[in-house]
Amino acid sequence: MNFKTSLLAGLAALALSAGAAAAEEVKIGIAAEPYPPFASPDSAGNWVGWEIEVIDAVCKAAALDCVLTPVAWDGIIPSLTGKQIDAIMASMSITEERMQTIDFSNAYYNTPAVIVADKSLDIDASPASLAGKIIGVQASTIHQAYANAYFGDAEIRVYQTQDEANQDLYAGRIDATQADSIAMADFVATDAGQCCEIKGNVANDEAILGKGVGAGVRKGDDALREALNKGIAAILADGTHEAITARYFAAPIYSE
Amino acid sequence: MMRLIRPMLMPHRLVLIALAVALALWCALTLRWDWLPKYLPLAMEGLWRTVWLLAASTFLGFLLAVPLGFAQAVGPWYLAVPARVFCTLIRGTPLLLQIWLLYYGLGSVFPQIDGIRDSVLWPYLRQAWPYALLALTLSFAGYEGEVMRGAFSGVNRGQLEAARSFGMPRFTLFRRIWLPQAINNVLPTLGGETILQLKATPLVATITVVEIFAVSSRVRQDTFVIYEPLLLLALVYMVIAGLIALAFRWLENRVPTRRPGG
Amino acid sequence: MEGLLDLLGLAKSAELLSLSPPGWGMNLLRGLGKSLQIAFGAFGFGLVIGLFGAYGKLYGGPVVRDLLAIYTTVVRAVPELVLILILYFVGTDLINRASEALGYGRVEISGVAAGIWVLGVVQGAYSTEVLRGAILAVPQGQIEAARAFGMPPVMLMRRVTIPAMLSFALPGLANLWLIATKDTALLAVVGFSELTLETRQAASSTRAYFTFFLAAGGLYLMVTLMSSALFQLLERRSRRGQPSLKGAGR
Repeated sequence: MNFKTSLLAGLAALALSAGAAAAEEVKIGIAAEPYPPFASPDSAGNWVGWEIEVIDAVCKAAALDCVLTPVAWDGIIPSLTGKQIDAIMASMSITEERMQTIDFSNAYYNTPAVIVADKSLDIDASPASLAGKIIGVQASTIHQAYANAYFGDAEIRVYQTQDEANQDLYAGRIDATQADSIAMADFVATDAGQCCEIKGNVANDEAILGKGVGAGVRKGDDALREALNKGIAAILADGTHEAITARYFAAPIYSE
Repeated sequence: MMRLIRPMLMPHRLVLIALAVALALWCALTLRWDWLPKYLPLAMEGLWRTVWLLAASTFLGFLLAVPLGFAQAVGPWYLAVPARVFCTLIRGTPLLLQIWLLYYGLGSVFPQIDGIRDSVLWPYLRQAWPYALLALTLSFAGYEGEVMRGAFSGVNRGQLEAARSFGMPRFTLFRRIWLPQAINNVLPTLGGETILQLKATPLVATITVVEIFAVSSRVRQDTFVIYEPLLLLALVYMVIAGLIALAFRWLENRVPTRRPGG
Repeated sequence: MEGLLDLLGLAKSAELLSLSPPGWGMNLLRGLGKSLQIAFGAFGFGLVIGLFGAYGKLYGGPVVRDLLAIYTTVVRAVPELVLILILYFVGTDLINRASEALGYGRVEISGVAAGIWVLGVVQGAYSTEVLRGAILAVPQGQIEAARAFGMPPVMLMRRVTIPAMLSFALPGLANLWLIATKDTALLAVVGFSELTLETRQAASSTRAYFTFFLAAGGLYLMVTLMSSALFQLLERRSRRGQPSLKGAGR
């Protein structure tokens, strides 16, 4: 009898401890992989970066109790639809394809996509010059979609994180990588990035590259979307966005 | 053949089989399979890569495991100890870490080696599959080295002594008696280990080798369909594992063994 | 000490690995703690499943035995990575639907809990086989005697079967524990924070791939070696009173 009751008590305790609904918090999903200078973990385990500061500012302006929740990038949309997180603010671009599954807030930054390659390589960002080369892109990104669509003559390698693509660019395994201009500007300024330089912007295609970076929310979650829009509009209006940008970048990265 | 069918005909098994068929039909009809035609060529390519990675790594790994096991079983200390250290290292660390260490770790030292980009090896060093093959081979060798050690130690000493007393040269003894007997003893274990190696192959998708797990991830990322690619993937792996199990059972039946006491 | 490190060219590595920021050592150790937590929980959960599974396979009816056979076969044939993904999505889906149906709103499932769930289910299949073999090895006479005394089944399991089968099960269980600790590395692919993910994050941020991966390998090796030693002690203790096999069969 003792054994049975203690076993039942143990199971009940386990079940209760595993399920604690926290209804007031808004879980903001960020990518678990480092993406400097937007979001990366420091050596103490805290997340720092431009995007992290913007998330804090937007949440404060919208009066939301936000909790940063790192999720693997290639599972981030299923995590949103599966309700493990409430919003995605992980430098995710607003594209038609993604809008079939989730809704987006207004954009909070907009930067072009660039090709980065070794300094000695004489190419620009056109499909012709990239024919026959090896291009690395991160999985599930607009850059992967763009490269598949436009750089069909090149070999496309898909990496789990942009950082791994950068590492292979440094190692010489790939000839070029396509990624966000700011993240790449940050990379070429580092020690490892001294090998390489930005070769140019890729030709814009709004259907694939999207209309800027916005916060993703579940379809129909209009309350949260409106709250985030309010927060974004607030920080754009009162100069917080500009102030955070000035701390990280030389030029503004938001355009109408 | 009847031996296989007869147990299946028991009533509860028939009900279970009927349920399974019904479940499969329901899955085939109600779940989303519209992505299948578009990704089928890529899936075939991925499947081929999985199979050849598995075959090549188990073959090469076994070739490496035989000397490793033999050295540990009967070798002098200067051969046995390094073999033991190698097996302990491989078995003590996760395969994922070994793969990343080989690929990214080596990759991070490439720029420091002058002239590497002009060397003959460069086209191979640039691609991901050599590293995948190397990591899988070393992993298999590490685990099988341990298995072969037990196998070599377990061969009936009398046979070896008899061969030596006939004046059989050592290498012929190894080739004709020791090795075949050892392999025969552990064939079931080797079959299990080959299936474990199959289960290890998806890890190379993390270093850009496009094998079948990578294809399923690609489908999930492109279309946001979660369950169907994974279920199909699980089915594919189960079929391959079943084929491996059948192949090893055929191998085991090929050698007539006299069971002790029989 | 610094001189020696300088000589070996390891000064920069030691700096990166130091325990206080800006060294990443503490991050790695935190990750190791999480890994061990998950491994421990998964091993325990797997043991519980294994116990029920073993009993089901030995004493259950034909349907139970077949279902358990399907469970063990599927888990042993499908790669852990695929199982982890399926179980993670299925598990969280089911829990959310259940809690919504019951009106509780959303249930928070921590990464550790999810990791324990997925790895535990995988471990359960292997545990079933190990425990089944071990229970079969318990002398039948002891079980019959206990039944003759009218001992209820749960008490029989607790007092006779489990202690007797431990010495047979321990080698297999030791292997399972090692598998559990190494399988936690797979959770890095799903984005759960544990040692391998922390290592990759640290290596990405500092570009010192060799340093961090070797350090992580060293940590795993330490865990493996210490676990093996511990299990050998446990085995020796559980075999106390049994005649030694040394010199037998000569």
